[in-house]
Amino acid sequence: MEHIAILQVVIPLVLAPLCLVIPRYAWLIAFFGSLAALCCAIVILLAVLGVGDIFYVLGGWAPPWGISLHIDPLGGYILLLVTLVATLVVVWAHDSVSSEIQEDQINLFWCMFLLCLTGSLGIVATGDAFNVFVFLEIASLSTYSLIALGRDRRALMASFQYLVMGTVGATFILISIGLLYMMTGTLNMVDLASSLPELRDTTTVQAAFAFLTVGVSLKIALFPLHQWLPNAYTYAPSTVTVFLAATSTKISLYVLLRFFYTVFGSGYAFDDLNVDYILLPLSILAIFVSSMIAVFQKDLKKILAYSSVAQIGYMTLGVALANSQGLTAAIVHMFNHGLIKGGLFLAVGGLCFRIGSTSLSDLRGAGRTMPWTMGAIVLGGCALIGVPLTAGFVSKWYLIVAALEKDMWYVALAILAASIIAATYVWRIVETLYFQEGDSAGREVPVYMLLPTWLLIAMLVWLGIDTDLTIGIAERAAQSLVSP
Amino acid sequence: MMISSFPPGAILIFGALLLPFLGPRIRSVLMLALPLATLWLVWNLPNGTSANVRMFDYELMLVQSDALGRLFAIVFSLMAFAGGLFALRQKNVVEIVSALVYAGSAVGVALAGDLITLFVFWEIMALASSVVIIADGGERLIRVTKRYFMVHIFGGSLLMTGIVMHVAATDSIALTGIDPSTMGGTLILAGVLLNAAGPPLSAWLPDAYPEASYSGTVFLSAFTTKAAVYVLIRSFPGTEILIWVGLFMIFYGIIYALLENDMRRILAYSIVNQVGFMVVGVGIGTEMALNGASAHAFAHIIYKALLMMAAGAVLYQTGKRKCTDLGGLFQSMPITTLCGIVGALSISSFPWTSGFVSKSMISQSAGDAHLVITWFLLLAASAGVFLHAGIKFPWFVFFQKDSGMRPPDPPWHMRLAMIFFAMLCIGIGIWPDSLYVLLPYAVAYVPYTSEHVVHMLQLLLFSGLAFFLMLPLMRRTLTITIDFDWFYRLLGPKAFDKVIELTEHARSAFWLVMRSMLNQALRLPYQIFGPEDALMRNSIGNMLLLVLVVLSMILILGLFLR
Repeated sequence: MEHIAILQVVIPLVLAPLCLVIPRYAWLIAFFGSLAALCCAIVILLAVLGVGDIFYVLGGWAPPWGISLHIDPLGGYILLLVTLVATLVVVWAHDSVSSEIQEDQINLFWCMFLLCLTGSLGIVATGDAFNVFVFLEIASLSTYSLIALGRDRRALMASFQYLVMGTVGATFILISIGLLYMMTGTLNMVDLASSLPELRDTTTVQAAFAFLTVGVSLKIALFPLHQWLPNAYTYAPSTVTVFLAATSTKISLYVLLRFFYTVFGSGYAFDDLNVDYILLPLSILAIFVSSMIAVFQKDLKKILAYSSVAQIGYMTLGVALANSQGLTAAIVHMFNHGLIKGGLFLAVGGLCFRIGSTSLSDLRGAGRTMPWTMGAIVLGGCALIGVPLTAGFVSKWYLIVAALEKDMWYVALAILAASIIAATYVWRIVETLYFQEGDSAGREVPVYMLLPTWLLIAMLVWLGIDTDLTIGIAERAAQSLVSP
Repeated sequence: MMISSFPPGAILIFGALLLPFLGPRIRSVLMLALPLATLWLVWNLPNGTSANVRMFDYELMLVQSDALGRLFAIVFSLMAFAGGLFALRQKNVVEIVSALVYAGSAVGVALAGDLITLFVFWEIMALASSVVIIADGGERLIRVTKRYFMVHIFGGSLLMTGIVMHVAATDSIALTGIDPSTMGGTLILAGVLLNAAGPPLSAWLPDAYPEASYSGTVFLSAFTTKAAVYVLIRSFPGTEILIWVGLFMIFYGIIYALLENDMRRILAYSIVNQVGFMVVGVGIGTEMALNGASAHAFAHIIYKALLMMAAGAVLYQTGKRKCTDLGGLFQSMPITTLCGIVGALSISSFPWTSGFVSKSMISQSAGDAHLVITWFLLLAASAGVFLHAGIKFPWFVFFQKDSGMRPPDPPWHMRLAMIFFAMLCIGIGIWPDSLYVLLPYAVAYVPYTSEHVVHMLQLLLFSGLAFFLMLPLMRRTLTITIDFDWFYRLLGPKAFDKVIELTEHARSAFWLVMRSMLNQALRLPYQIFGPEDALMRNSIGNMLLLVLVVLSMILILGLFLR
């Protein structure tokens, strides 16, 4: 039982090469891998909420010399999101992958998927700064190859762009960790946190902070460092798009929060270095500019990709407000938006599976022949706008409250104005799929594809009504970040 | 969250969502049974709050019942029942479902005990009503609905910002009087007035409502604006600006209705006009004025639905909606004609109809509060209402020239719905106390004094006379009001025609300029954000440049600006 923290990461890691050994059952292996991870995540979250943070020491070597895992409420929360989405995606993806990936590459695909999952979980679970970099690279490298498996040649270009940008980001993070190691001689996060305060005025630590912020922001796709994202989401295989959109940016945001609050300490980031002076305007720009770009896109996946950049803006906005409500709003929105985009991209993947394209012009009138898939898109779109009784409303509400708490009423107005733009692009989708005359002849997707989609969508509505669960965890997570 | 007891509006909403899965016969039964069940629940609702729910650290009161809320909830469920009866054979299930959800959320608004619940139902109302409009499908409806939807999303955003600010300032989500001079209060007022079709965006209503199906318009005419009036009565009584807003709406409605040729658009403009009377009542803010506004909302929902039903019946039977194409229908549609006339008399507040006993309370309270100008304008407006809705609508649709069409009366259920509401109009007119006991404050007002009756009859008689004297002008559907009549005799017909002509020119030129400016303005965001622009040219070099820019910004901020 005490090994559950490491099992979570190790199970997918061990199962990944198994996909190469037994190619026929690759899907089944991936399914069990992610399901096992999900079970671990649930146990871990319950333990963290019930007993307290989990510290696990690898091989009995006590930190700061050995490597440790450290999971707090925020980590447990993100682990749950990642494994939940991963499991649903695998269930959903069986046929979608067969239709989009060449026969002899399917087992490679699942192998990469499990590695990507390993990396994602490792980033969250570890308590060691250098391990963050290692797991980040595992997740990133597998992601690059997954994106490159996309339907047409544009996927290669998208993957290459992401590779360059992702590598720059990872290098910046490595530089930062190197600088920190140089100054403190330790890589353990808790240890770093205890020795950094006396070094806070040195230029080296400030440079480390700047490099870290930019490197992680690249992976978060914070505007204007977001430009790798739309193409990567659009041209990747549908399965990969779902998993990336729902989890990868949130994990990177988790890294940012971890370093801001646990390693450097919130006073350093916001009071000493005033990083919110940059984060706040960039977030608002992200929300507005990306939403506007989304309005004019011609491809459904691209609309949603740009909307993701905008939604990431909401999360970083919550962080930039630098008060506990803002942090809570950001954490809640990480979770909610993961579910929203997961559900939406699953539905869009269904359209892609039946119709073979996600260009709006090919999807005219598809809503009439695929009512359930479209219903999911409409509800997911409502959540994206932030209509009451959906999860999106809860996040928006907290964000506005946080902005008003700091007397930034113009931020509150901006959030509301942005939801009108969101309504515009959601409307465009609905109009095209329901009301425009077209000859798209897609049948409804099979039940096992609908079930995961609707499970996520149903959760959106449930979490929109029953806010105690998500808000409760998010408040604890924010609490443990601010005062560990 | 846990629901301890069931809010009445939810029965309509959830029941309606079941309808698509049922056979046509059960569906018809439910279309009538759901509103009746809601009505029964509302009628028996004791005073006080129930169905409390926790959300975001606040105690939500899904149901808060007092006389004012119940009055609106009763008339909303009555309306849902009659509308369901009228739409019994509507084959478009989407429209039926959304109409009932719409009605249910309106009931929800009327019984909401706090601002958050109110906002939730408010948004459902906006969504459901958009679906009612678009249900018929087609290119034109898509565009109409898009405009309607955007206006309401905008209004909803105003309302939500206002609510959050108000809650942040007072730390209370209670739905009580709100101070309109605070930032939050102003935004709430603006959001609510937008739904009441107040200026400057009044045009969303006549733009969208007349485009729905024959039965959809009947539903649309009732809920959104009156729910807004309810919130005004509840939260902004005695806000003086509302008097002027209301007067603007009254005359806006009259003038445009007189210019209009489409029978359902005439009625849509007259909604703006009638809601204007209620808004004036709220602005005056005395107990009697608020009583008057509530009573007028009650009466108005019934007679306006009746008029919309008559127009819907004509549309259903003939497929035509322009006054110039209609006429002489009284010969073959006697029941529709009769019901239409009852509705027209009610809206003109003819004695012994519901409009007489409700609207006179508003004018009387203006007189009691010594608001001379308001009182006078309301009087002039009463004559104007009679011109555009009281005579113009029935005259051009049912009488006038003979269009040669001989459609029969509509099917039994449509006739029944119209007769039901026509009887209500007359019943309330004859026994006003049956309505007065439902009002929020005790009523000490007696509508039937001989002086008042004679006064009203005189007014109506003279404006009726004016209508027929100027029939040639009215027939060309050109502009005219009582005040213009004066000019007409003074300056002679030629000058009058000239003025009209110039107005028309000015109007079309104005729209031409507006349209080209609008097109320009609409292209601008596309040029900036569209797929072909610079923001999209994402070469790796550009991306790296941006990385450097952000990095140096953070470094500079950290190193030099501490």
